[in-house]
Amino acid sequence: MEMPRTISVLVKNRPRVLARVAGLFARRGFNIDSLAVSTTESEGISRMTVATTADAPTLSQIAKQVSKLHDVVDVIDHTDLKVVERELCLIKVIVDRGQRGELISLCDVFRGDIVDIGNGSVMVQLVGDTDKIDAFVELLADYEIVEMVRSGKIVLDRGAQKE
Amino acid sequence: MAHEMIPGAQALLRVFEEENVDVLFGYPGGSVIPIYDALYDSTIKSVLPRHEQGAAHAADGYARATGKVGVVMATSGPGACNLVTGLATAYLDSVPIVAITGQVKTNLVGTDSFQEADVTGITIPVTKHNYLVKEPYQIERFADLVREAFYLARTGRPGPVLIDLPFDVSAGCVPWTERNIEALDGYEEAAVPDEADIDRAADMIEAAERPVMMIGGGVVTAGAHSEIIEFANKCNIAVVHTLMAKGCFPESHELSMGMPGMHGMAYASYAIQHSDLLIVIGARFDDRITGDLSRFAPDAKVIHIDIDPAEIDKVRTANIGIAADARTATRALIQAVSARDRGAWEDTLLKFKRDHELAYTDDDELMAPQLVVQKLHEVTGGNAIVTTEVGQNQMWAAQYYPLEEPRKWCTSGGLGTMGYGHPAAIGAQFGRPDELVVDIAGDGSIQMNMQELTTGTIHELPYKIIILNNSFLGMVRQWQDMFFDKRYSGVDLTGNPDFVKLAEAHGAVGLRCGDRDRIVETLEQAMEVDDRPVMVDFAVSKEENVFPMIPAGQSFENLMECPMAEKSSSA
Ligand SMILES: Cc1ncc(C[n+]2csc(CCOP(=O)(O)OP(=O)(O)O)c2C)c(N)n1
Repeated sequence: MEMPRTISVLVKNRPRVLARVAGLFARRGFNIDSLAVSTTESEGISRMTVATTADAPTLSQIAKQVSKLHDVVDVIDHTDLKVVERELCLIKVIVDRGQRGELISLCDVFRGDIVDIGNGSVMVQLVGDTDKIDAFVELLADYEIVEMVRSGKIVLDRGAQKE
Repeated sequence: MAHEMIPGAQALLRVFEEENVDVLFGYPGGSVIPIYDALYDSTIKSVLPRHEQGAAHAADGYARATGKVGVVMATSGPGACNLVTGLATAYLDSVPIVAITGQVKTNLVGTDSFQEADVTGITIPVTKHNYLVKEPYQIERFADLVREAFYLARTGRPGPVLIDLPFDVSAGCVPWTERNIEALDGYEEAAVPDEADIDRAADMIEAAERPVMMIGGGVVTAGAHSEIIEFANKCNIAVVHTLMAKGCFPESHELSMGMPGMHGMAYASYAIQHSDLLIVIGARFDDRITGDLSRFAPDAKVIHIDIDPAEIDKVRTANIGIAADARTATRALIQAVSARDRGAWEDTLLKFKRDHELAYTDDDELMAPQLVVQKLHEVTGGNAIVTTEVGQNQMWAAQYYPLEEPRKWCTSGGLGTMGYGHPAAIGAQFGRPDELVVDIAGDGSIQMNMQELTTGTIHELPYKIIILNNSFLGMVRQWQDMFFDKRYSGVDLTGNPDFVKLAEAHGAVGLRCGDRDRIVETLEQAMEVDDRPVMVDFAVSKEENVFPMIPAGQSFENLMECPMAEKSSSA
């Protein structure tokens, strides 16, 4: 069934490795919904969290193709695993003084933080899973959103085990 | 421990020697002069083709004919860019090649300096892996990096690997470190098939009433031909081969059911369509084999053995997928499967073969191209190493030059690269100097790498080029004939050069034949030459089409056999 799915790709931190992985996705017509890249607990190893919308066979094909890249150490398909999933979002919205209180209570409900207040605008920081952020952004439709950025999701499997 | 410091170029050649590289196909330029300088004192034979594309295909032909890694070299920028078609050709057919390209000095990389091209960037999608050697960690382990390139090229599912070497790295010094393949990055033990999977496969095979084995290029790579023959013999299972596996299973063998697919033998396609079990070994369900996937082998279960796990379930979902080397897996199957009688199915297959033989007519004023290939087979005793160009010539070669052994067939199957066959013949001839090498060519394709005749002449290579000259880009014309109301657009090759004079101008022998009664005589004359290439121009029927044909995206239900021949045989 086609649905949002996430894989983590552990790669050697080498020149062009991002281009190799992203290029493979593009070449084989796999969609990337979001991509987050960072260092990890192991020196020289980076972790790419790739969110995509695909059915199970397609995801398995992606994972197998990506695994073949020489600089790829491991690929984890999180589909059937219990995970903690997080994304960070920064949103700048136009609010006049009268609307501020309303926005602050909205933030409270979603456990968002006001991280900057400017002349007529407010920047909100929100951390959560993708659904929560989507819901929050939807609620902000009543305001004028000036700019928004999302980090792309990152995921770790639950439990003491390393994947 | 302090290591001996030697120039990068020398370290490169030392690893070449470790890897038993005896010939290198390369074209120089500013950024590879240090390597050419080192080659000056080397025992490795450096062959200078006339175009880098020729060098790449020669390395490819060498690799396919010998099973060794082919080595090609080019200079930075334009030289490296000229390799791309050759790399893509090798990549799609999983041919092991190591390509060395020069690069501008490390401090100039990224500045659009003279003859700089982002070659590692350009070649990512057409190589198994590539390296731009400029980071200290790479230079420190340079010898291992080169060993790793060879290792990656030849192991697992083979493919081209490229090393982009800045001038100052090949001219500057690197530490010489000892060889230890098992310590290489990416070293892997060969995958062994799971015993339980083999047992399940054996049960499935024993239960099957109408099994067919389909073998592909992976069988050539794994050197599994003897095992395949043993397996087929033991269990009495018919074998079809893809274009890439031609020769892996002797085509004269009674269990050989030929090549299926778009221009394959009709009986091969019928065998697949009626089978209840396909045992697919080292093949990847290319669309030229399957046509419309939903109608391909509709009643068959599938056992799929491939060294590349990504091939399993990629196109056709397998009932049992075994990611392992074809040879090891086939050996395991031989042990596990017992023979059984399938008389009815054998009769059906025999009937398919009898009723759907390959056929053509030779009733045009000009000779039929198929006749030329058949005569070539006769004159050469079926023993030549055959390379092909692309188009109708390639399909007629596949149909009418049956082979009995692997590694005697070099054809661009995946990419379909016109201009491949001639330089591949040169590479094959270098790799197997004592064997007869023949390039079966079209008049269009041959003109794409004609310049390499000089290379052949200089090195006194006695390969033959057989041009099936129909004055058309025949395969494209055939599609226009059949699917575009005969609106022949952009396919007329009237105005072709005089191929005999052209051969002679290159110092090769040129022969011409326009008379079907002189085919054998002309071929015999060509075979007598043993010190330079021979190019033979056969004027063949201009509008001959390749049959059978299953139009693209269709299925065996739409299979067309030769219309004229059918009429005459039913009469
Ligand atoms: C480099 C390249 N360009 C274009 C094509 C498309 N193409 C496929 S077959 C063909 C015609 C080949 O003509 P020729 O070499 O004369 O062989 P014939 O089909 O007549 O035997 C063409 C143009 C190709 N396969 N490769």
